[in-house]
This record gives sequence, structure tokens and C-alpha cells, in this order.
Amino acid sequence: MLSIRNIVKQYANHLALDDVSLEVEKGCIFGLLGPNGAGKTSLIRIINQITAPDSGEIWIDGEKLNPSHISKIGYLPEERGLYKKMEIGDQMLYLAQLKGMSKADATKRIKYWFEKMEMQSWWNKKVEDLSKGMQQKVQFVATVVHNPELIILDEPFSGFDPINAEIITNEILELNRKGATIIFSTHRMESVEQLCDSIALIHKSHKILDGKVKDIKNSYRDNTYRIVYSGDLKQSANELFTIIDQKNQADGNHLTLKINGGHTANDLLQFLISRVQVTELSEVVPSINDIFIQQVKN
Amino acid sequence: MNKTLLIIQREYLSRVKKKSFLILTFLVPALMIGMYALVIALTIKGGDKAPIIQVIDDSGVFAGQFKDKKSIKFKSSTQSLADAKKEVIKNEDAFVMHVPKNVASGGQIEIFSQKKAGISVMSTIEDEVNDLMRTKLLKDAGIDAKTLEGIKPELSIVSKELTAEGEKDSSSGAAMFVGFAGAILIYMSLFIYGVQVMRGVIEEKTNRIIEVVISSVKPFQLMMGKIIGIGMVGLTQFLLWIVLSTTLMSVAGKVLMKDKMDVIKSEMQHSQQMKVPNSQPSNGVGMDVVKAMQTIPFGYILPVFLTFFLGGYMLYSALFAAVGSAVDSDTETQQFVLPITLPLLFTYIMSFSFIINNPDSTISFWLSIIPFTSPVAMMVRLPFGVPHWQLALSIFLLIGGFIFTTWVASRIYRVGILMYGKKVSFKELAKWFMYKE
Repeated sequence: MLSIRNIVKQYANHLALDDVSLEVEKGCIFGLLGPNGAGKTSLIRIINQITAPDSGEIWIDGEKLNPSHISKIGYLPEERGLYKKMEIGDQMLYLAQLKGMSKADATKRIKYWFEKMEMQSWWNKKVEDLSKGMQQKVQFVATVVHNPELIILDEPFSGFDPINAEIITNEILELNRKGATIIFSTHRMESVEQLCDSIALIHKSHKILDGKVKDIKNSYRDNTYRIVYSGDLKQSANELFTIIDQKNQADGNHLTLKINGGHTANDLLQFLISRVQVTELSEVVPSINDIFIQQVKN
Repeated sequence: MNKTLLIIQREYLSRVKKKSFLILTFLVPALMIGMYALVIALTIKGGDKAPIIQVIDDSGVFAGQFKDKKSIKFKSSTQSLADAKKEVIKNEDAFVMHVPKNVASGGQIEIFSQKKAGISVMSTIEDEVNDLMRTKLLKDAGIDAKTLEGIKPELSIVSKELTAEGEKDSSSGAAMFVGFAGAILIYMSLFIYGVQVMRGVIEEKTNRIIEVVISSVKPFQLMMGKIIGIGMVGLTQFLLWIVLSTTLMSVAGKVLMKDKMDVIKSEMQHSQQMKVPNSQPSNGVGMDVVKAMQTIPFGYILPVFLTFFLGGYMLYSALFAAVGSAVDSDTETQQFVLPITLPLLFTYIMSFSFIINNPDSTISFWLSIIPFTSPVAMMVRLPFGVPHWQLALSIFLLIGGFIFTTWVASRIYRVGILMYGKKVSFKELAKWFMYKE
């Protein structure tokens, strides 16, 4: 769907993107992650043709990025707003037409979305008469009204109240099921970890990691397990495992350990069953946040 | 639909639909009509009721010779000066003129009144007194009344413009009027609509809608759409004003002022036949306005006015747009707006102190040719006759000028609109200008 190749973007006194390449597959939910100032918004602006890269290319569906792609992309910027004095309906029509829709199509689609989001009565209201949460809904509808194949959401959940965040997350997932490719850009990695199929980590203008979430996590698994048990294990370490952390809590003893090479979780379980009462055993998989921190430290 | 057209449409409709636009559209012609009607009414009425001057003539020179004027009436009085003065203290409308015995040999004529006598009253009386005195002195010198009648010259000067097409009457009063009005209108509208463009850009920036919009259109399209849209609002306003004013004026002229217009016309013919310079100032202003209205060649002035308004507007509004893109709020605009408006302000001041008196001087020529000053300066020069080649050159340079400022402005604009929370200096603007695409 989207292929980003060797993008370099230099601003007056800092390098925003240094040779960044990414592949976003059609129909996936992609997380563009990294701390503030890493270069995410610069990259998104280039995809949206707001700015141009100094070098590198962007391809969409096998075509080099060009103005005809504008109508295929829906973009919800981090800094988002609306014309305060303009009626919502007119405003939607205007934005949809700017994306290349005909007036008739736009009207139909807007009515569809207003009904879906229960906003029918807002058509003749002015933005300044709406609450912040209502404005966020309007902004979201403006982003997707033209049926974009690629939806780019920059820090989508900043400023959203939990109810709206839920509603909009569900809408995004539904759009994704219907075939839209979604790109989330955020510095709050834990917020999208569950949603994304693939991610890319951007740090200080460089891409430091990308791939499918499953693969990345797999590659960062290091056979660490957490067990909760009652009884006395009496052992601190042996050839099977190495203890990392040990705590006695009200619901039992908590033990974090690493299984040594050549052994599996089943071996560990067998070892435990004969000695203590096991209530819980789970693998400790690093969060994207942990992986990011680990990557940055390296 | 073309996206730039869409933007123009939004910018235009969102402003034309505003209440303030409607109010302004109807208020201005109403005010103009009001002023016009007032001038005419004053002309007819001749101001307040004519003051009656009691004349106490101790010298006997003028004895009953004062002729009543429209604005002043004279009445000989035999009262003593002291009694007359008492009356003045009691009656605030009373005027007493005292002519001393030795008036012929330098005695001072005095006028007593509670209110200070107006300039027009004073000058009318002065003219009258001098006229009578001169006649008396001439008679005393042995020239008989009949000879005297014969040597009253009645000359007046008529200004004629001589061109290849022939000669035509020109009225410098009307010329001044049109020059002033056109220049002031262009000067003010460049400010008003330029600032509207700037505000519009700031609004989009502070609303944060800018990024959504320029993910759909090029910044240049948005800037031009805004400039053209607001320019059309200005044109609409002008056209409505012209249509409303002329309609209202002709209606008012026909219905309300039928009789009075006749009076004015006959008076004008009268004064033209008599070739007597109008001696009553309140009447004079009214006549000038009426005359000017009749002699202005609107068919020529209007297209030129609109051309220079549009050219000047495009030139300046692009700069205003650049300023709007560079700042985060209205309050920060000051340092940038001042340098932009300096050439305008300079021309405005020059227009009314210099150009109007020296319309064909070298300085006036250059001011009306340079794009930054020509919209105002040319309007002032126009009624005095500007050679076609100068007009053409000025318009040509104006078009070049706005292409240039639009180019400069768009380079600053595209960077500025995405820049937040930065105190911007001129150096910074220059840097933005140099950024490559």
C-alpha cells in the first residue's frame, strides 16, 4: 500500500528524518511510534504532501506519490481544528469537496456518518456551539468522510475523553475490517500496542526498528516467566532456571525467572508441580515500550 | 469543482453572509445620501435664518445703501450706540454694526453681538462695506455714477482642457473631489481588505484547521483563494454601494427634492450667466458637490478606479497574508504591518499635500508609476489628465508588482502556516523565503 523509501528531510537547523524507509501493507493497522520530536509528524506531512522530502520517494499502490493520492488519504492531524463560525454541515461539505468529492456524494456520505455517529441535529450548528468532545467527533468524520483507503491519525487519542476514544477506536477498527489501511502515530506506545499489526519505531530522525508486532515480540522473548505459587520452593537457582525477582505477597509467592537454554516451560512446570502448589504461570513478554527503551539504550 | 474555486467560494460567501457586511453595505450609501441631502437642504435654506444687522451709521456715508443679501439683512437704526449695545446683551440674535464718524479717514467699523460673528457674515459685510466705500471715494474723486457703472468689470476665468479630440470644460473643483474620494477609498479599502486577508490567515492558523486544508490543497491555492475571495467581497461592496447610491440618489432627487433640484438648477444657470463668483460659502459647497456629480466622467474613472483598487489590493493583500502566516495572533502583527503600510501612508500624505497641487510634477509622476504607491497617487492625478502611456505603464507595473509580492508572500506563507509558538523576526522570514520546496 505505502512504501517509504530513503526519506531525508532537513529543516534549517535540524535533521528531521534521516534515510527513513518503511513498508505499510494493505489492510493493516500500522503504528508509527516514537517519542515527541522524533520525526513522526514530519514523515506524516510528507505522506500528505504538505511538505516535500529533500530526497527519497514515496509510493502508494505502486504509483509515485502525486496529487491524485490526496483523495485516497484521510488525515487527522495532531493539531486539529475547525472553522469556528461555520456551520458543521457546510464545513463538512467544504472539506469533503476539497478532498475531491462531488457535492452530491459528499452530502450523502456526510448524512451517513452523521447518522452513524448520532450527530444529525448538528448540521446547522456552529462549531463554537459544540463541546470539545463533539468537535472531536466532527473532526473524525471529516477525516474519513471521503472513504479514504489510507487513514493517518496523528496522536489520535490525545485530548479524547474515554467514551469518545472508545467510539472512535471501534469506528476505526470497522473501517479497517472494510479494507482501509490505518496508520497510528503516537508517542504513547502502550495505547496502540493492542491495535497494531505492525509498527515502526522512530527515534531521533532514524527508524530503529520495524516489523510485525508478533515477530518483534517473539524476537524479544527471552524465556522469562512469572509464576505464582504457595508452599516453599527451597531453591534459589539450579541448572533449569535463574531467578530474577522474588516477592512474597498476600496472594502467594511471586517469582520471576529465566529458563536456561535447552529447557522449556513444560520442564519448569514439571519441576514445580512436585514441590509447590502453582496458581499461575505466564510468560513475560516485553512491551513495545520496553523494547523501545532497550533499543534506545543499545 | 476546481479546489481554488471552492476556496474562493467559501471565503466569499462566509463574508458576504455576515451581518456586518449587510450593515456596512446599506449604511454607507445611506450616509452618503444623508450628507448629499443635507448639503442640498443647507444650500436651499442658506443656513440658519439670516441675521439682521442693525446699522448705526454716525458717518452718514452708507446711509441706507446696504443691500440685503440672502444670508444677511440690514436695517438702519437711529438708536444710540449705548442703547443698541444694551439690546445686544438682552437679545442673543442681535447684531449691531457701528460706523464711526471718521470712517473715511481710518475709523474702525465695529460689529457687536453676543455670539462671535461667523466668518461668512464678516466677509460678506466687509465686501459690502468696501464696495460701497470704493464707490463713494470714486464719486468723491469726481467720477460720475454713470462712468462708474461702465467700468465695473465682470470677468471670470473658465478652465478648458485642450486635447487632440478638442477642447472641453474642466472643473478643478470636481477634479479635486474625485481625486480625493478615489484616493481615500482606495487607501482605506487596501487597509480594510488587506487586514481581512491577514485575519483570515491567522484564524485558520489559530483554529488549527490549516493542516487539514493543506493536506487537500496547495498552500498557494489556499492563499490565492483567500485573496481572490476577499477581493470579490470588496468589489461586491463597491458595486452595491454604487448601485444603491445612484438609485437612492435619483429616487431622492426625483421624489423628495423635486422642487429643490429645480431651484438649484436655475440658480446654477443664473450664476453661470451672470458670471458672478458665488459669494455665499454655504451655497458654494453645495453647488460644487452638485456640479461635481454632474461633470465627473464616471465611465472613464470607474474602470480605472477598479483596476487600481484590484491591483493595489492584490499587491498588498499578498503581503498581509504573509504577515498573517508568520504570527500566532493579531497582537503580534504590529511590527510587520507597519513597514507594509508605510508606502501607503506616505503616498496618502503626499497626495493631499503635494500631488493635488502639482499633479504633473516629476515626484507625482513617479509616485503614480511605482506599484506600491500608484493605486493612491494615480487616483489623485487622474482627474487632472494623465497621458495614456503613463496609465498603461502604471497598470503594467502594478500587475508585475503583485505577481512579485504574491511570489514572495507565498514562499513565506507555505512555511509560516505550519510554524507555531515562534517569535518571528525579519531575519527568520528571509530564511523561510530561501527554503527550497
